Amino acid sequence: MAERRIRQTWIAVRLPRLPISFKIDRRVPLAALFLLAFTLVVLVMSINYGAYNMSPLDVIQTLTGTLPADHPDYRNFVLVVHTFRLPRILLAFLVGTALATSGAIMQSITRNPLAEPGILGVTAGAGLAAVAMIVWFNDAQMSLLPWAAFGGAILTAAAVYLLAWKRGATSPVRLILIGVAFAAVLGSLTTFILVFGEINDVQKAYVWLTGSVYGGNWQHVRTLGAWMLVLLPLAFLSARSLNALNLGDEVATGFGVRVERQRAFLLVISVALASVAVAVAGTIGFVGLIAPHITRRLVGPAHEGMLPITALFGGALLVLADLIGRWVIAPSELPIGIVTALIGAPYFMLLLVRYRK
Amino acid sequence: MIQAENLSLGYDSGANIIHQLTLTLTPGHITALVGPNGCGKSTLLRGLSRLLKPAHGAVYLDGQDIHAMKAKDLARQLGILPQAPTAPEGLTVHELVAQGRYPHQNWFQQWSGDDERIVAEALEQTNLTLFADRPVDTLSGGQRQRAWIAMALAQQTNVLLLDEPTTYLDLAHQIDVLDLLAELNEQGRTIVMVLHDLNQAARYADTIVALRGGQIVAQGTPDQVITSENILQVFGLDADVIVDPVTGTPLCVPIGRRGGRNKKAAASINGKVKTVIPA
Ligand SMILES: Nc1ncnc2c1ncn2[C@@H]1O[C@H](COP(=O)(O)OP(=O)(O)O)[C@@H](O)[C@H]1O
Ligand SMILES: [Mg+2]
Repeated sequence: MAERRIRQTWIAVRLPRLPISFKIDRRVPLAALFLLAFTLVVLVMSINYGAYNMSPLDVIQTLTGTLPADHPDYRNFVLVVHTFRLPRILLAFLVGTALATSGAIMQSITRNPLAEPGILGVTAGAGLAAVAMIVWFNDAQMSLLPWAAFGGAILTAAAVYLLAWKRGATSPVRLILIGVAFAAVLGSLTTFILVFGEINDVQKAYVWLTGSVYGGNWQHVRTLGAWMLVLLPLAFLSARSLNALNLGDEVATGFGVRVERQRAFLLVISVALASVAVAVAGTIGFVGLIAPHITRRLVGPAHEGMLPITALFGGALLVLADLIGRWVIAPSELPIGIVTALIGAPYFMLLLVRYRK
Repeated sequence: MIQAENLSLGYDSGANIIHQLTLTLTPGHITALVGPNGCGKSTLLRGLSRLLKPAHGAVYLDGQDIHAMKAKDLARQLGILPQAPTAPEGLTVHELVAQGRYPHQNWFQQWSGDDERIVAEALEQTNLTLFADRPVDTLSGGQRQRAWIAMALAQQTNVLLLDEPTTYLDLAHQIDVLDLLAELNEQGRTIVMVLHDLNQAARYADTIVALRGGQIVAQGTPDQVITSENILQVFGLDADVIVDPVTGTPLCVPIGRRGGRNKKAAASINGKVKTVIPA
């Protein structure tokens, strides 16, 4: 039989004599390199940018710890980089990573390219809890804000999932519809609380609702980082079942995937990723929608490569958005959530027009 | 061998689609499920795989209850292609077919040399090698259906269940897909499919199972099942059955309430035609 060669779109890695083998799309390594380089450049630019002037070389030396200790500005550099600028930038990166991965999972399990992390009511639940905290409690209790937001997010997602449960199964359509209904109800409750709040509190609540990494500190970075260290590998390891679920419940079941169990597991990961991100940075929109979408066009829909690239892309996008937010109306700041909305809304409109066809 | 015993299947409101159905599917045969719309063909096919849990009764594969088996073990023996599946945007034919290897893989062994060879063979057999790197959503209907069949082939199951594999295809592509399935059957696979066209069922199936209202009305060889009486009973349609001039299998010619619209042509034929002489 004359076997024609198939031009493979992936790279296969096989260990000799061991039952270990993987494949990954050809475009992934290139995309990863490009995104890493891009992130590093924006990171340095971002640390470099601000009221206190430093050269990019100063930034790199301070970051890598190669700044001579007898440098005249040593203490200032270290203070500015390590205490003020680095944590918020790292926070932006982690939040972007979490939201993008969460969105990618959500889009694949609902088989809806317009799905986003908030589709199960996560952002609405976090928003209601956070606004209630800000308006009803005093400033001393604000350290509890992330926990309240996290709790609101998780509880809402759980309620949506339980209501979507019907005769031993959920369906993507039911999940989406019930999620949208919940988001609407919780959204109006949030507005209700805001209407009767003190003007100062309301202003603070609005900044939270838009999403902001202002005031991000090492504590936030460490907490979020720890969560991501657990959640991201779990997401990446689920790549194959995500590929299968992406072909529809029936085909996936035919492959031997236990669809309902896998979907529940993946929903938990997606919701947890979105919830921790929202808890520390508020409801930053559009990253979770756009990053997976662009990534799929860059490296194809196979999740083995697509998920890590989405994570990187989301991180890079938020680091950039944070920089733009600090630069565009300096010395004032635009909250990062407004920047992502300004970038994301037009893209979303384009998508809507495309999928209407 | 697949056996359904006292199988009852239903959706929300209980077991009211398939009632107490008992059926044995002969290994190595092509079995066609026929019947009017909504009579439960797809539901039965879902019940024969693990897409739908029986309300009563059970389905056995080589004596084992399929719901007691490990999901992956079953997936290595029984493949199912639902009606009109959709692939995510941008997924290539090669990637789609490669996914059929899922039940043979595990976390460490995601793409073995065997996987690669079997996928290449499935592409070759379905004539898709040249289209391997085309996105599935850019293919024609016929090519797309072949791509899904190639995916099921890569799963390397002895039994293949297909729900209306020819619907939405033009006539030439319908025959193309059916010929492909016949070829796969000759290599030893048991094939069970839902078909809409009785004449195609008669041509390609060894066994026809006719359903109405969730129950079996007739089953047997095409000659036994495709009769005027059965067609009247199953579809409520008056039809003549003549001999297919190409294959010698029964050919159903519906009469309809008014014998069609082209009265002139009908009038020129005096009486009922029992055989047609090929040109
Ligand atoms: N997912 C479902 N939920 C509820 N009822 C369904 C579902 N799918 C099919 N049915 C009902 O089951 C009956 C049989 O449907 P089906 O097996 O699809 O018929 P066929 O394939 O023979 O046309 C129909 O009355 C249909 O309305
Ligand atoms: Mg059907």
